[in-house]
Amino acid sequence: MTIDLPRIGVVTFPGSLDDRDALRAVTTMGGEAVPLWHADADLRGVDAVILPGGFSYGDYLRCGAIARFAGVMDAVRAFADRGGPVLGICNGFQILCESGLLPGALIRNRSLRFVCRIVRVRVETTLTPVTADLLPGEVLDIPVKHGEGQFVAGPTDLERIEGEALVVFRYCGPDGSIDEAGNPNGSTNAIAGVRNAEGNVVGLMPHPEHAVDPDVGPTGGQPLFASLLAQALARV
Amino acid sequence: MEEPLHRALGLTDDELGRIGEALGRDPNRTELAMYAAMWSEHCSYKSSRVHLRSLPTEGSAVLVGPGQDAGAVDIGDGLAVVFKMESHSHPSAIEPYQGAATGVGGIVRDIVSMGARPVALLDPLMFGPLDDERNRWLLSGVVAGIGGYGNCIGVPTVGGEIRVAAPHAANPSVDVMCVGIAAADRLMTATSHEVHAGSVMLLYGASTGRDGIGGVSVLASATLDEGAEASRPSVQIGDPFAEKLLIEASLEMVERDLLEGLQDLGGAGITCAVSESAARATMGAELDLDAVPLRVAGMEPFEILTSESQERMLAIVAPDRLDAARAVCDRWGLASAVIARVVEGGMLTVRHGGEVVAEVPARSLADDGPAYRRPIEPEDLPEAHDDPSFVPFDGDEHEALLAVLASPNVADKRWVFEQYDSLVQGQTVVAAGSDAAVIRVPDTLKGIALSTDGKGRYGHLDPYLGAAHAVAEAARNVAVTGAVPLAITNCLNFGNPERPVVMWQFAESVRGMADACRAFDTPVTGGNVSFYNESGDSAIWPTPVIGMLGLLEDYRLRVPTGFGRAGLTICLLGETFAELGGSEFAEVVLGVIAGRPPAIDLVRERALHRLLHEASAADLLEAAHDCGDGGLAVTLAECAIAGRHGFAISVPGDLPPHVALFSESASRAVVAVAPERADELMRLATDHGVPCAAIGETGGPRVAFDGLFETTVDELRGVYERAFPRAMGEAV
Amino acid sequence: MTFVFEVLVTLKPGLSDPQGKAVEGALPALGWTNVHDVHVGKHIRLTIDADDAAVARAQMDEMARRLLSNPVIEEYRILETEEA
Repeated sequence: MTIDLPRIGVVTFPGSLDDRDALRAVTTMGGEAVPLWHADADLRGVDAVILPGGFSYGDYLRCGAIARFAGVMDAVRAFADRGGPVLGICNGFQILCESGLLPGALIRNRSLRFVCRIVRVRVETTLTPVTADLLPGEVLDIPVKHGEGQFVAGPTDLERIEGEALVVFRYCGPDGSIDEAGNPNGSTNAIAGVRNAEGNVVGLMPHPEHAVDPDVGPTGGQPLFASLLAQALARV
Repeated sequence: MEEPLHRALGLTDDELGRIGEALGRDPNRTELAMYAAMWSEHCSYKSSRVHLRSLPTEGSAVLVGPGQDAGAVDIGDGLAVVFKMESHSHPSAIEPYQGAATGVGGIVRDIVSMGARPVALLDPLMFGPLDDERNRWLLSGVVAGIGGYGNCIGVPTVGGEIRVAAPHAANPSVDVMCVGIAAADRLMTATSHEVHAGSVMLLYGASTGRDGIGGVSVLASATLDEGAEASRPSVQIGDPFAEKLLIEASLEMVERDLLEGLQDLGGAGITCAVSESAARATMGAELDLDAVPLRVAGMEPFEILTSESQERMLAIVAPDRLDAARAVCDRWGLASAVIARVVEGGMLTVRHGGEVVAEVPARSLADDGPAYRRPIEPEDLPEAHDDPSFVPFDGDEHEALLAVLASPNVADKRWVFEQYDSLVQGQTVVAAGSDAAVIRVPDTLKGIALSTDGKGRYGHLDPYLGAAHAVAEAARNVAVTGAVPLAITNCLNFGNPERPVVMWQFAESVRGMADACRAFDTPVTGGNVSFYNESGDSAIWPTPVIGMLGLLEDYRLRVPTGFGRAGLTICLLGETFAELGGSEFAEVVLGVIAGRPPAIDLVRERALHRLLHEASAADLLEAAHDCGDGGLAVTLAECAIAGRHGFAISVPGDLPPHVALFSESASRAVVAVAPERADELMRLATDHGVPCAAIGETGGPRVAFDGLFETTVDELRGVYERAFPRAMGEAV
Repeated sequence: MTFVFEVLVTLKPGLSDPQGKAVEGALPALGWTNVHDVHVGKHIRLTIDADDAAVARAQMDEMARRLLSNPVIEEYRILETEEA
């Protein structure tokens, strides 16, 4: 009897950096990691897609602005429209916002400086593939590393985001309370990650792929990947 | 009368004579420009070569020593670590962001050209006092530039230093070290890969523009004075996105064995890359400038030849592999062009518009630059005789500790290193903020430990000791993690070598470095010399910066810095003498930079390294921290802050309390062991001939120096963590 | 025919503009205390080959809308048109 592993695709754009780390995290957490190329419209039959972190196209013009037109993105959009799980991490989150697959936008950190540190995020909703197996209010330690991670949205969009519970993660303190000290980039309402209305597309600025190996950091990414893999497997 | 062209280009009359001899005729304008670039101080090391020859460069683990693009060390399992440090101080003084960014770009390409994937960056930086807005501007810009470039290419920045000293006000020092890992049998060296006549030279990456024309001979071979603004066009703009593509394309070509040689383009651009590649293979080259992709039309031959446009590499490819190599470049979106052909002989023939515009023996350019033994004159500073160790101190040790913890050289540097991505590639076990960074070697249990150290204040008071201490501290920083120090790279930052005092400082520093490297069996695998770091009459202190590489057989056994739990026995390894000369305490609390630096016994130092290695391999040490800047009190405070556990200690010996706490005697470390294993440590220390004294115990929130003062970990942390942001003008 | 366009891309009014605030905060130190409402945007220049000005202009608008600006947070204004 063979056991099927969930196949998780990770797209490499020119300038992607954490693609290898995402592929390794998938393997570590028990999935089959499938590398995908930005110019190929072929998703190779994966059960979920990850758009990884990095500086696609150097972050030139705007972060993710050029990558959203990459050849693979039509296939990603179609996959998302069919309900396929899509996870955008950092630059991947930026690409999803630029593509219109997620609401809002990411602009320069309020401090105007790049920040690399471990933050805490609170789970706001379990209605997504990456949080389905977590508890609402659960606090996770995950690193951020970005210069353009301040989440903003126009007033109507923001009302909808909060009103329809589209916020998936918020930056918080050790006890889960929201305060300025816990917010690394000045994001509106401490928003660290959002979902689409259907709940299958999620973007977050923190890097769960850098939080699965206790030898090199915190492990707050483990439950996210475990949940994603379980959800992807359920769709197989 | 107008200045002769060769002098305007920075060549002496004598050098012009030598060029004439090498060519058998007068050089033309284009040839002069090529020589001016290649024989500049920056490219030819003409003032330093005679001294550098005395450095130990060989060892059983050394695969590649000085002379190639970077050094390489065998770490077993068929793997090599490739590493090198370089300076980019002069451009950074003019345009800090881009100067630092392009510095990162250049050193990364050096590593890639050896066939290694870059896995870590470290940046030792030196600036003037931070109460001056300009120095804060320089520091901010340099840090932003290093982060902006390094983060974008996906190489984690995991270490470095910030030093603040008055002489650096007009002359910041920006040194960058890059470390890479390669399969030992894939290293791109002249010996491992043979270059054949008929092979072609493929230029790939960015197009060539007027960037940095004369940058090498104009900027780095002269001091910064009036007209620094006019030098602005000589600073290049880095494109880290292009560099990332360059890294991937290059490594793919190496991986697929498509290359006979690989060279990066840095100082002196195409001239250097082509002549060095040819000379190393004892061949010549026919170079066609019309084939070089240009960014602007109408560039003259000498401009194309000396342009320092960034993000370009040169591959030497056999004709039957050319298509495959170009396909790799295409796939990564990089332009590529065959610009030269390797020929027998040794002559570099340059054509433009169908005509020969230069004809120069490649070796003459690359290897036969002048080597000067410049005059030296010893310096005996009066303040070096004013030993602060015996001046009575009626101050408060508690206040003194807080003052030293708040000093920019000592204080927490999170403000800096949180601007660097230390996580990318997922192998960083210990990042900046510790004694040494530790990076896992993929697919093995090995770890490499990396540290950069410079002791400018010591060097100022005694250049020999300053250099020896820099090597010792770098080795000690690596040894406290449990790693074995293996080899070094270095960046030698000095003033104007045409001044005999500076040349003496250089010679003495090299001597100190050589002695220490021999004693520790850490050969020099390569490095960089940065001269002319002075403006007006202000020269920087003699500052050799050492980049140390160490090896951990099992990264899981690496020893942390902090006191991780209560009830551990704290031991001081080594011996403390009355040595406040050149110390942080003397400068910050007494207000003097005076005295001799501490003595250093290289045999005792090595014994300490060996003890630390053996103790960590026996899983004996729960914490270990090097005693460096600020002395014992600072070391203990840092252990408490890092581990979140305080301590109670009795100051050992009968030195005056402030001396015992702040003396910077060498060859010492603080370690913490489980109480039931303290005897084991004592025995091991005795075996190695290292003094070992139990001085106290780790505890909870309180910190106690018995008989002197008490405080809390929180108070120490508050001062330590707020000092640097405050110094940078932030409201904290 | 060849047309040269200059496009100004700016943040929508009311949105957080950290760069603008930083510039505004830096001016008093240089002696100017009479400056407020600073905003930082982008200037892009392109050369378009098209049959006539109207066609070029329409193409310019589409490029600005789809790539050069992010309509969620930015507006654009086409400055000068030159026939080259």
